[in-house]
Amino acid sequence: MIEITFRPMSVFQSDITLCHSEVVWGETHFSLHLFTATPTEEMNGAGNLMDFLDEPLPDVGTYEDFHTIDWLREKSRDTDRHRKITNRSKESIWEFVKSLLDAWSGWVVMLLIGLLSGTLAGVIDLAVDWMTDLKEGVCLSAFWYSHEQCCWTSNETTFADRDKCPQWQKWAELMTGHTESAGAYVLNYFLYVLWALFFSFLAVSLVRVFAPYACGSGIPEIKTILSGFIIRGYLGKWTLLIKTVTLVLAVSSGLSLGKEGPLVHVACCCGNLFCSLFSKYSKNEGKRREVLSAAAAAGVSVAFGAPIGGVLFSLEEVSYYFPLKTLWRSFFAALVAAFTLRSINPFGNNRLVLFYVEYHTPWYMAELVPFILLGVFGGLWGTLFIRGNIAWCRRRKTTQLGKYPVLEVIVVTGITAILAFPNPYTRRSTSELISELFNDCGALESSQLCDYINNPNMSRPEDDIPDRPAGPGVYMALWQLALALIFKIVITIFTFGMKIPSGLFIPSMAVGAIAGRIVGIAVEQMAYHHHDWIIFKNWCRPGADCVTPGLYAMVGAAACLGGVTRMTVSLVVIMFELTGGLEYIVPLMAAAVTSKWVADAFGKEGIYEAHIRLNGYPYLDQDEFTHRTLATDVMRPRRNEPPLSVLTQDSTTVEDVETLIKETDYNGFPVVVSRESERLIGFVQRRDLILAIKNARQKQDGVVSNSVVYFTEDAPQLPASNPQPLKLRRILNLSPFTVTDHTPMETVVDIFRKLGLRQCLVTRSGRLLGIITKKDVLRHMAQMMNQDPESIMFN
Amino acid sequence: MMLPPSRSIAGGLLICFLFMLSTQKTEAKKSEDIRCKCICPPYKDIEGQIYNQNVSLKDCNCLHVVEPMPVEGKDVEAYCLRCECKYEERSSGTIKATIIIYLSVLGLLLLYMVYLTLLEPMLKRRLFGHSQLIQSEDDVGDQQPFANAHDVLSRSRSRPNMLNKVEYAQQRWRRQVQEQRKSVFDRHVVLS
Repeated sequence: MIEITFRPMSVFQSDITLCHSEVVWGETHFSLHLFTATPTEEMNGAGNLMDFLDEPLPDVGTYEDFHTIDWLREKSRDTDRHRKITNRSKESIWEFVKSLLDAWSGWVVMLLIGLLSGTLAGVIDLAVDWMTDLKEGVCLSAFWYSHEQCCWTSNETTFADRDKCPQWQKWAELMTGHTESAGAYVLNYFLYVLWALFFSFLAVSLVRVFAPYACGSGIPEIKTILSGFIIRGYLGKWTLLIKTVTLVLAVSSGLSLGKEGPLVHVACCCGNLFCSLFSKYSKNEGKRREVLSAAAAAGVSVAFGAPIGGVLFSLEEVSYYFPLKTLWRSFFAALVAAFTLRSINPFGNNRLVLFYVEYHTPWYMAELVPFILLGVFGGLWGTLFIRGNIAWCRRRKTTQLGKYPVLEVIVVTGITAILAFPNPYTRRSTSELISELFNDCGALESSQLCDYINNPNMSRPEDDIPDRPAGPGVYMALWQLALALIFKIVITIFTFGMKIPSGLFIPSMAVGAIAGRIVGIAVEQMAYHHHDWIIFKNWCRPGADCVTPGLYAMVGAAACLGGVTRMTVSLVVIMFELTGGLEYIVPLMAAAVTSKWVADAFGKEGIYEAHIRLNGYPYLDQDEFTHRTLATDVMRPRRNEPPLSVLTQDSTTVEDVETLIKETDYNGFPVVVSRESERLIGFVQRRDLILAIKNARQKQDGVVSNSVVYFTEDAPQLPASNPQPLKLRRILNLSPFTVTDHTPMETVVDIFRKLGLRQCLVTRSGRLLGIITKKDVLRHMAQMMNQDPESIMFN
Repeated sequence: MMLPPSRSIAGGLLICFLFMLSTQKTEAKKSEDIRCKCICPPYKDIEGQIYNQNVSLKDCNCLHVVEPMPVEGKDVEAYCLRCECKYEERSSGTIKATIIIYLSVLGLLLLYMVYLTLLEPMLKRRLFGHSQLIQSEDDVGDQQPFANAHDVLSRSRSRPNMLNKVEYAQQRWRRQVQEQRKSVFDRHVVLS
């Protein structure tokens, strides 16, 4: 009864021949031949165990890969389903229970997403911790301990050298027994680079062999998916597994990338996985995207330990439509994820927060000047990074560089490792660097950055250290930090976008933190040495605490992150959830606003929008369209193009339809009364036409090439010698959106954006003139902004 | 490789998670998993020191942990005022379980990758001999894994049993991965 033939699948819509997988069955909406054995459907409990190995057969009403969904159709299908369940719930107790379960299924999905995301994030954190330290040495008592964990119980740690203990040995010490000689240094260096290359080679090989969609950050593609695009396999199980495993490898190899963006992708894959448990979500692409928005919030929540920031990030950056119901669900998912992560306790101190700052020193109004300067720096860096990275990615896309992904990863890792090892600030993991930069120097710190000259007669508790002159260690640290800053600025441009999972939150924050700390120390020393200047006299009293360089580092990190991603509210919330520094909201906001203004002056797009444009995804962003063009300027067909391909309501034959489908590659065809009057009846989708005609040829008797296809309620009057006509009214959309030819494009773009349309018909005096598709709208917008309209690839 | 239905993946993962939570709880408070860490900065002519002890939260202060006390009498209070004591907990069972699970998953994936890229083409070539070689001439230049997916697909239609279905599913998965690889690595249309 069901016949499946396969042809080689092509990805572009223009390459798709008549059928890319021909399935013969009835349509699900109204017909009687209802085939329900999709493997993961919960309704059909019967069904062979082996059925899950068969390919899931495409439903009528599902979408092809790399196409946009029809938001209105999904919404109306969900309303139908809900109404059916509500009506049935009055019949019996069992139906009532089923309706309750249906209502709760959303919350159950959120709970599962939170649990799994939290677990995976905990696993990733612990594994990264261990593998990063593996590049430098190994714990002899228990090999699964990282450096800090290995020395946790030891009593041999000293004040000056808090990390040394005999159980954990560097590789050179293990292999040769020497610790401080030049040979040991070279051997450590060599092994560090070797481990880094090994990890990144494994990562890129796994991505290439098992799940090519697991590379990159994931956030641009998720933004596009949430706006209605379909990328099959992007949120699949193998992508989830490979992304989790290779993310650990990529971060541990010392490359200048973070794990936050990929964690959002991982969380959305979890969301997709659990959606398939319930037919309410698995069959409805619109509802599925609500779940994915909430899953993105859970992803950021576990990446940073910032549940509220996660919800705001999902609202501001990732989601396209964000109704209040999604807000509640995201909140719940983020909460469950944060709770799960906390119970796994990866940081060993019952805190979710990576960069907890414990100082509460006040800041002064005069410090707003350096904060705003840091904001300007953040904006400038954001612009530089976006332009450089997009140029490099474009080069990767178009030239020979793109043909050697594995080699590229290895070369970049090699360069990173070779340049990073000598500088102690780049040798350690970026999170540790940021943590040290955020921390203030009390009396308890002994790192080089805190090598201030102490007054030996001082006997104050550590919280109230007044300003002190910097010792030689601080100046040395400043030089090293400046070199680290330049290194990180350059290398991140080449790292982001390689064919391994890569995020950019942590590298941006590192750049900002380094710049901020340098500025903070400069201001602090200026305040100490010139405390008789007017500005400092009002603000700093000698012998009292004045400037906190750690705060400058925080503000710098927020400014750089804001400059690159153009986040505002979610950035500030994430920063203060990350650090626990609620007193510092105003400086963070000042820096975030300044960096966004400065960066917007150079280019309107953040990094994710820039990548969306580079890939040509059909993403209609929320910017206003302010040009004075009309619908008639954008619609197809243009003056020199062949006329619109239409179907008539009762005079097209099956053969004509098949020729039309074969010769053109349009996604749908308008149906008019007749070619003379051109009055519009409705719109029919290409995929539905293909399936319906195929079905009719196989199942219905008497349907041949000469049969007339009709879309009216009653069959047309035909001579008896004609073959049996074919009724296709059920696949006709009787309410397509139409605008007149004088509608301003501003309104048309608004309609497309707010309703999520794929195409819109243009009429004049009731007669059909042309069609505007989403691709045409995007091309027109690109043209208006003087960009290349041919870069829009998908519809 | 067959892909179990999502429900059992979800169930398996939940079990994993519960296992991890339970290893944490059943270990309870192993004595080496809690500590009180006191950091005391340099004072007069005494160097800075770090003291570690396995005490509970209520005993985590300078007087209980700093032993032997380096100063006498009145100086003790001044010394202790500058020390900072923190109570820390960790779960060594969770760390061990996580690392070992991660390494086993990584090891399995690596083995499967080696099998797919090196061993399987060799085995197939030996089994099917020359006919395979002639057919694979059509995929000249396609040195990637899963290049022979189509051929095996058409060959395995005849025997409808479980092994056949597993292989069928595996070939389908390979074709999908090959398509993905083409879009990402060759044509650069997605994820560039």
